[in-house]
Amino acid sequence: MEPGEIHALLGENGAGKSTLMNVLYGLYHPDEGEILVDGRPLKLKGPSDAIAAGIGMVHQHFMLVPVFTVTENIMLGAEQVRGGIAGFLDRRRARREVTEVSERYNLRVDPDAIIEDLPVGIQQRVEIVKALTRDVDLLILDEPTAVLTPQETEELLTVMRALKAAGKSIVFITHKLGEVKAIADRITVIRRGRTVGTASPEASRDELAALMVGRSVRLTVEKQPANPGRPVLEVAGLVVDDDRQVRAVDGVDLTVHAGEVLGIAGVQGNGQTELIEAIMGLRPLLAGTVTLDGQQVDGWSTKKVLRAGVGYVPEDRSVDGVVKEFSVAENLVLDLYDRPPFGRGLALRLDEITKSARERIAQFDVRTSSAEAPVGTLSGGNQQKVIVARELSRPLKLFIAAQPTRGVDVGSIEFIHSRVIHERDIGTAVLVVSSELDEVLALADRIAVMYRGRIIGIVGPDTSREAIGLLMAGITPGTATEDGTATDGGTTAEVPGSEDEA
Amino acid sequence: MSTMAVEDVAVAPVDEGFWTRTRKVGSVLVGLGLVGAVLFGSLATGEQARFTLSEDSAGAALSIHGTLGAVLFGLVAVATGAAMLVGLPKRWFTLVLGVGLVGFVLSFLCWQISDAQPGQNFMPLVNIVRGTFILALPLIFGALAGVLCERSGVVNVAIEGQLLMGAFSGALFGSISGSVWVGLVAAALGGAFISLLLAVFAIRYLVDQVVMGIVLNLLAVGVTGFLYERLMQTDAARYNSAPRFSNWEIPLLSDIPLLGPALFRGNIFLYLGLLLVLVLHIALFRTRWGLRTRSVGEHPTAADTLGVKVLRVRYRNVLLAGVVAGIGGASYTLALYSFTKNMIGGKGFIALAALIFGRWSPTGALLAALFFGFADQLGTYLGAINSIIPSQFLAMLPYLATILAVAGLVGRVRAPAADGKPYIKG
Repeated sequence: MEPGEIHALLGENGAGKSTLMNVLYGLYHPDEGEILVDGRPLKLKGPSDAIAAGIGMVHQHFMLVPVFTVTENIMLGAEQVRGGIAGFLDRRRARREVTEVSERYNLRVDPDAIIEDLPVGIQQRVEIVKALTRDVDLLILDEPTAVLTPQETEELLTVMRALKAAGKSIVFITHKLGEVKAIADRITVIRRGRTVGTASPEASRDELAALMVGRSVRLTVEKQPANPGRPVLEVAGLVVDDDRQVRAVDGVDLTVHAGEVLGIAGVQGNGQTELIEAIMGLRPLLAGTVTLDGQQVDGWSTKKVLRAGVGYVPEDRSVDGVVKEFSVAENLVLDLYDRPPFGRGLALRLDEITKSARERIAQFDVRTSSAEAPVGTLSGGNQQKVIVARELSRPLKLFIAAQPTRGVDVGSIEFIHSRVIHERDIGTAVLVVSSELDEVLALADRIAVMYRGRIIGIVGPDTSREAIGLLMAGITPGTATEDGTATDGGTTAEVPGSEDEA
Repeated sequence: MSTMAVEDVAVAPVDEGFWTRTRKVGSVLVGLGLVGAVLFGSLATGEQARFTLSEDSAGAALSIHGTLGAVLFGLVAVATGAAMLVGLPKRWFTLVLGVGLVGFVLSFLCWQISDAQPGQNFMPLVNIVRGTFILALPLIFGALAGVLCERSGVVNVAIEGQLLMGAFSGALFGSISGSVWVGLVAAALGGAFISLLLAVFAIRYLVDQVVMGIVLNLLAVGVTGFLYERLMQTDAARYNSAPRFSNWEIPLLSDIPLLGPALFRGNIFLYLGLLLVLVLHIALFRTRWGLRTRSVGEHPTAADTLGVKVLRVRYRNVLLAGVVAGIGGASYTLALYSFTKNMIGGKGFIALAALIFGRWSPTGALLAALFFGFADQLGTYLGAINSIIPSQFLAMLPYLATILAVAGLVGRVRAPAADGKPYIKG
């Protein structure tokens, strides 16, 4: 890092950007390696060491106490006090300092406002002021635009330019290409915990996208050409909000036919999760319809959707997929425990459950010490196989697999992929969501790319990964030629959020 | 000050329609007032109800005709309730509620006093006020221990155990050494010992804090009960006859009518408790220690990123809580009674209720503790004048008040956000 430089750290979610920066801020401790400041190695025991070394951080999830005032939040940890050991807070001096810093950098905040009353954009401003009052030279901004509206983002970029002009260095973590090109002096791309390249902002979007998405060994799955039949899942005009009530899915139309795999590719956080949850009845629809085999299923409970012949491998295995403390056998009947042959009246038929568990453990090659072992003791790959075994043991019309091989070893990946293809071949409609482009390319017969809550394009399985990478970055073939060689003059068109979003 | 803002925010976004909280409370007050005016009014006799400003029937007194008083004060409650129903500026709510409740209680008292045996138609206010404070004192210490703990994010269900251990070690070491001061220090250490166990298991080993608190209460009952039987019962003269703090009269202040004799001729614990409320309130909201404590209780990760040592703050506060509660326990054994088995008898849990009722603030806790203390004292008084209300009902009063207070009257309460959640780094 140079003084007065804005250095962008670019990478997909889960690539390790935030972890790296938390190490730099002293929150996590490095297993190996060292940090150099002005050529000297720096040992960080905790955030206070980092602050002392002139490093400040604005976290992705704001580190502000909601019931405190702006001033209280800013003074916390570096309180101005009088009265000796009694340590009375000198609020007047603290408030003056807040006002001073916020005026110097044109970051207007009301020092007496309560944090939870403020919109996120202002809260972020408070975070920046908080760092600046601690005289930082290096400011780390972790995904600062993730929660901002386009207007707020624009303001933030202006602030960043002002800070740069004042000689502060900024590390700007993001996965949004437009912002990077608009503001960064230098770009480092991180993928799966490694630096995969550095680039200057003059690099074209597709170069950056290619670096981000990566070119690892292509996974191959043996499969015959698909034999698509009748449409099984039809999604029309779907609109869904995320947990923060921000539009996540913004008018998606989608059809999956029997006997085909439709893959949804896209950088994570572009609405895939919400789309699937809406189909499964886990999240309310704001508009649109979901039709399963000619029957409208939106508004149904998840249980009813499952019973209608839908298999679902959720994205977050440990939270939504298995009950870790339950045994393998119990996890295998979570969907059918109340139905014969596993349930009778009020009782469970444990012998049937165990018998069926043994069969499925063998059939799906689950490596476990016994059917009674808690699922939490299994490796990630075997846990995933338990989920797949459970979901594929019912007669299905539609099989939805979200991130089916995340955190899974190579052997299990192959096995799960072959089961997915087998399911397709017996005539089930399959919908696979993955942020791993390789996985989508390996499995899908058609690929839909999601970007900012919309299907930005649907392409065939033989499309080049570069072309799909461009789509994932939000560049459709029509706009690619204009943007491909963007220079300074083109930056206005690059401003994030200007393309769409309400 | 920030707690006030919390309340506004918590209440504001809910659109309750016509039946706002104010109107609900108002209709309850109207109901109570009508009970007072009609029922108590008809039951009251024509005797004078006298509220004397002394310890007996002598001296200056406020006197009112029984029936008239019951009806009049009942109508006061009705009026305040009606004001709430019609509409009332928000900042007057607490004041008007207070006036209404006092009206209802006075209406009740007019009936009771006028209905008492001839010659007993008086209420000695000095005794009532003094008794209220004495009964509230363990609650004040207990609730302050709760404030210290929970503001830093550790739930303190072990108040009962801390009080008991304080009472026990105060009695034991006070007796052995023959010094009240040694007893006081021992009591503080006894409470801190229970706190230390709570801190280590809750903070270091992440044991569920409520479960841990209950276990510690049982432990304290067991240990003190065992040692009581083995030591104190066998040789009470040696192990259970602690010296007691005498009452200190504060010059000038003790000459104030009513409050002087009631409050300023008390023992060290009374002064200490009241002083502690003031000190803690200032410390919590005006000092660096307070700011850090509250930040750790609300958002420990944020505090950590600013270099505040979260676990250290929590350890320190939990231990301090033990010291405070331990001294509270000693207010029994080094001032009033000898130690007996399980002598705290649930006051620790009432203190917990006072903490919640007082919205986790020291002054709030004081008011809540006084409210419970008054309910308790009223029961004693009514027993003394042979009220027709059965003594079992009177004994229920503080607990009934607790339920009403915690459930209904408090409104929306918000605990410190990280209360009860262990902090795990990274």
